[in-house]
Amino acid sequence: MVISRGEFLRGNYSYTFDEVATIKDACGSAHLKVILETGELQTLDNVRKASDIAMYAGADFIKTSTGKVSPAATQPVTLVMLEAIRDFYLKTGKHIGMKPAGGIRDAKTALQYLVMVKETLGSDWLTPDLFRFGASTLANDLLMQIIKQDTGIYQSRDYFSND
Amino acid sequence: MSKNTTTVNGTSTSEGIKIDFNKIWGYDPAPESSDHIRLKKKYDLFIGGKFVKPKSGKYFKTINPANEKTIAEVAEADDSDVDVAVKAAKKAFGPWSKLDPSVRGKYLYRIARLIQERAREFAVIESMDGGKPIRESRDVDVPLAAAHFFYYAGWADKLQYAFPGKNVRPVGVAGQIIPWNFPLLMAAWKIAPALATGNTVVLKPAETTPLTALKLAEIIQEAGLPDGVVNIITGAGKTGAALVSHPDVNKIAFTGSTLVGKSIMKSIAGTDKKYTLELGGKAANIIFADAAIDQAVEGIVNAIFFNQGHVCCAGSRLFVQESVADEVISKLKMRMETLIVGNPLDKNTDIGAINSRMQFNKINEYIQIGLNEGAEMYQPECNIPEDGYFCRPTLFTGVSQSNRIVQEEIFGPVLAIQTFRTPEEVLEKANNTPYGLSGGVWTDKGSKIFNMTTRIRAGVIWANTFNKFDPTSPFGGYKESGIGREGGLHGLMPYLNLE
Repeated sequence: MVISRGEFLRGNYSYTFDEVATIKDACGSAHLKVILETGELQTLDNVRKASDIAMYAGADFIKTSTGKVSPAATQPVTLVMLEAIRDFYLKTGKHIGMKPAGGIRDAKTALQYLVMVKETLGSDWLTPDLFRFGASTLANDLLMQIIKQDTGIYQSRDYFSND
Repeated sequence: MSKNTTTVNGTSTSEGIKIDFNKIWGYDPAPESSDHIRLKKKYDLFIGGKFVKPKSGKYFKTINPANEKTIAEVAEADDSDVDVAVKAAKKAFGPWSKLDPSVRGKYLYRIARLIQERAREFAVIESMDGGKPIRESRDVDVPLAAAHFFYYAGWADKLQYAFPGKNVRPVGVAGQIIPWNFPLLMAAWKIAPALATGNTVVLKPAETTPLTALKLAEIIQEAGLPDGVVNIITGAGKTGAALVSHPDVNKIAFTGSTLVGKSIMKSIAGTDKKYTLELGGKAANIIFADAAIDQAVEGIVNAIFFNQGHVCCAGSRLFVQESVADEVISKLKMRMETLIVGNPLDKNTDIGAINSRMQFNKINEYIQIGLNEGAEMYQPECNIPEDGYFCRPTLFTGVSQSNRIVQEEIFGPVLAIQTFRTPEEVLEKANNTPYGLSGGVWTDKGSKIFNMTTRIRAGVIWANTFNKFDPTSPFGGYKESGIGREGGLHGLMPYLNLE
């Protein structure tokens, strides 16, 4: 789900909480991933607040963006969300997942995010169950890097299909 | 302060929940290459535009504190060498001070650009000679040194506008003595304003870190600076004392310990030498409950562990408002688990080597004093290299104003933490020290920042940041932290007679 940014931005936080909690109820045993659409929340204070609301209302995963809005995931936004997850974990013992999406286009940037996860949340989160990238372009760059490792040569982007 | 307000269990905020940072992958070594640097085996004294053998005939070794290996031998200047250097500076003063100021500026711009061109080489040598992490020498020391030359180059031909209605006249020969914590940067702080204002210089770098100053001498040669305008002589305390007491030195600029600063003041008492002294510090870093806590934790780390804590303005006394003390301290401990102590040339290293055996022993002595005084110590479980002088980042809680580790400057990665309840209480504690170099305030509230910063008696106070330096900003101390300002417009004054 994506939170209703309009309600959040006008300060109707209980609406956001109830919205997430209602959908969590409807989920039953399924995992709930809450997209904050951080590009529209504008400030890091808002990102932190929305992360906390989503987690306390029952989110299993929090995700930066849909990919339809720019800017999508940035490193500062991701760090703020990881810190929120860490503080929630220290208070409740619950592991909440994180998914930065959009803007992570190459393997090198992905590594920077992984370092951020390792140094903020530790080893537990370095697993696909708790940390995922939403980045279709990243997959092609990874393929390109793998082929470069094999052949020693970078291939043209034209050899990698954009789906 | 009661002891249990600052005691926290492990790195968790509630029962037994911990974060493991090292179970999965670690980092591979990422050393910066040192193949490209050019160092001589032996360095002479730089006097009158040339490297000359010391009359003393003596040389001493400068070692790499990360592996205790000798890097080079450096000349030891005695009284007669100091005399030759000062005479060279005195001879150069006449023509240099009469030179068109814009030409003086041109030389400074040239030096700045040459530092930028050789930035990598300077960064590597700085880390090898002094032990600081390459990340810091690369991103802080060297760029800031160049920035100081650029900044003062701009002032050279605008001095009459800096002090309207005054006649500005250079003072003459400046004797400059710099410390080992920021060797190249301190040389830049000293040389740039002196030259911009038309003075000539005899500079003495610290005996444990002379190499980047000597590399700077090579750049000065290359820049074509007239002979004798900058002279760089190496040696220890005795050399410095000879420079201070030389009758032809008109101005002393010293950065170093308060103890030596006091002896300099004694030895120049009764003379008309101008002086600036940048001495020790024991800065209060104050975290209010309304601060952005995670940001403040980064700030605390930067304040005390930057450059292994070898920073005169380090935030070595931490004051945390009681309501957030447990949270801040546990987050700080957690953050310290991810600090990497090791090879200064590794790009991942956060904390490098302690500068010298002497300093290493001094820090360990203070850690022992803290333990003997009954303070509670915390160090992360990080690995440290077997060779060289390395010290784990260290916290002490359960301390009060009367503890020696709270009162005395340790100049190492050792933080003493106290809590407070009200702004008045923390102000009283923050100012209750013979030092007054710097301070830090962390709060989300602007009015609180202004209230605190106007009442903390220190020369530099940072709000929601720490250890930020800029050539345009004056730097200097209150009380026993020194006298005079360096940097900015203020930094011109000690090198000028204003009439």
